[in-house]
Amino acid sequence: MTTKPGKEASRFDPEPMPRRDFLGLAALGSAAAAVIFSLFGMLRLPKAAVLTSPSKKFSVTLPDTLEEGEAFIPEGRSVAVFKDAEGVFAISTICTHLGCVVASRPEGFECPCHGSRFAGDGTVTKGPAPKALPWLKVTADGNRLQIDENEEVPGGTKV
Amino acid sequence: MEKAESSALKEIWGNLLSSPRRIYETAFRSGAPKTDRTRSSFVFGNVFLHLHSVRTHIWSLKWSTTMGLGIISTAAFLITLVTGILLMFYYKPYPDVAYQSMKDIHFVVPTGRFIRNIHRWAANVMVIAVILHMARTFFTASYRKPREFNWLIGWGLLVTTLALSFTGYLLPWDQLAYWAITIGANIAQSPREITDALGITQYFDIGGLQRTILLGSDEVGAEALIRFYLLHVMILPLILVMLMAVHFWRIRKDGGIARPDDADEIVGNEAKTSYPVFTEQPEKTYHLAAIVKGRTPAVGSGPENTLPSMPHLFYAELGVLMLTTFICLALALISDAPLKEIANPLVPENPAKAPWYFLGLQEIVSFSAFTGGIGIPALVWIGLGLIPFLDREKTGTGRWLGGPGGWNLFIWSLLIGFGASVGIEAFAIYFGWLREWFPDVPQLAITVINPGTVLTAIYAAYSIYVVRKHGSTRAGAVALFTCFLCGFVVLTVVGTYFRGPNWEFYWTPSDWPGH
Repeated sequence: MTTKPGKEASRFDPEPMPRRDFLGLAALGSAAAAVIFSLFGMLRLPKAAVLTSPSKKFSVTLPDTLEEGEAFIPEGRSVAVFKDAEGVFAISTICTHLGCVVASRPEGFECPCHGSRFAGDGTVTKGPAPKALPWLKVTADGNRLQIDENEEVPGGTKV
Repeated sequence: MEKAESSALKEIWGNLLSSPRRIYETAFRSGAPKTDRTRSSFVFGNVFLHLHSVRTHIWSLKWSTTMGLGIISTAAFLITLVTGILLMFYYKPYPDVAYQSMKDIHFVVPTGRFIRNIHRWAANVMVIAVILHMARTFFTASYRKPREFNWLIGWGLLVTTLALSFTGYLLPWDQLAYWAITIGANIAQSPREITDALGITQYFDIGGLQRTILLGSDEVGAEALIRFYLLHVMILPLILVMLMAVHFWRIRKDGGIARPDDADEIVGNEAKTSYPVFTEQPEKTYHLAAIVKGRTPAVGSGPENTLPSMPHLFYAELGVLMLTTFICLALALISDAPLKEIANPLVPENPAKAPWYFLGLQEIVSFSAFTGGIGIPALVWIGLGLIPFLDREKTGTGRWLGGPGGWNLFIWSLLIGFGASVGIEAFAIYFGWLREWFPDVPQLAITVINPGTVLTAIYAAYSIYVVRKHGSTRAGAVALFTCFLCGFVVLTVVGTYFRGPNWEFYWTPSDWPGH
């Protein structure tokens, strides 16, 4: 250690930080770091890398008797399928407010949970729903329709 | 040699015979609690009892001081703890199987239905008692120095209690449960209402993350049920018990129940006349009073109007505990806990109602998911937590509505709280809201301006007026707290009794279509 003239270090000078304090703080710091790191590791646990969810794609054949404006609800799905002169389209029946399943009525859709109403094309007419009911992607393969509940298409898309 | 052996054996025999007495003596070092002094030692030396101070002020023992609401909450919790453990013998947290096990508990398990009823009623009693306990603490201004931190602990206990009740509501896996969990999870997702409106959801999807972590999946299913089960039987009770321990400990460390400065003059010198302070001459008191530092009430000379906690306080507590148990048992005999059809993800209950204490929230959620489900509750919650740090006045501590304004202010606030909430509800029911008037209104406008926020704004404006009129934070706090309590009750009543299918307004359930 080089000493500057006039500022000679004396062994009687107090240390800037006593060695014991330094070691103690270092030990505390490393313990805290270990706790924080392990906490982060644990926080990672509740979100799985792969989520269990059933397939959202399904195929369906519309009955011949389906009238214009009448909803066809495929078994076990929250989707309403319609057919008119321009083609076939599917609207999700899961309310955009808080996820209840809306019922199809002649004048549109109504949600039983908080009273949202939707027009026949899914746009909100009343109540707390923030968005229109999404239109879902339909691919036609002859009479057989494939519908993907995960893929939305712009409203008005008919096949 | 032989003699030594036989005397050693004799000694063992003698020790064996005296061991029951020795066990008793080592467990209870202070001897039988027969005098005030030994009773005090008994309370002081017992890990469970020493949460109480050795002596209790007469003011704290008065019925009107606390109305026993804290003990009612505790008693109700203990009842749910015991009955909950019993229900865990049969309950299986897996979709559909869970419902079957609930049916078993109802129809096959001896006393099963009764135990479940008690569990359900005790949970309801606990929610009511905790809310009333908070109101009592507020209206007597007992949160003031040095009790600010304990108010915060109680604030945490309120939320934990509500969370416990909600997670329990979901476990039967019937229609009520399934649709409540669906709505709850989507409320957790509702920050998307804001992020969607701002167009930043794909970068910052806090709502979606909350929902995924709550459900453990994209859907309400097995993962979600086991998570709620874990929360209900393990995580939340542990948090609750820890907070309760701190809460009770702090009551004692903060000097017992809050009382006015002149409490001693008011109660007079009852202590000496109603019960002898000492039934024997104290031999030495320093191991109780002198060695322990801090807020330990002195034993020995009794200058304050205190009575020994044992038996006075303990009898009172035991009485409240028995009363609570009686109420829960009686309600359980009268009314069965509901169990609807098995959960059906395709057909919601109509109307789908949350537990009653959330129906006020459901009412404002039916105006805007984010504002009603997260925005306003968070605002109210933060406001509640800040009360003791904003109101640092002195007058009226420990007295019912003792501060500026008094009972008059309370009654006015009740009227305004009632009038505003009924008025805004009636307006929204009769005339509709922005969406019905301007179909193209942006969602953000509804999120910001809806009956819930308008009501909050009215209450806030009124309390600001009260603060200015009385020149007192406490007066404003009384106004705001009373208004919100009143609004909570009004909205809960509307949600419970006046909402039918499709959340439409009906005067009575007999007007519901299909009835």
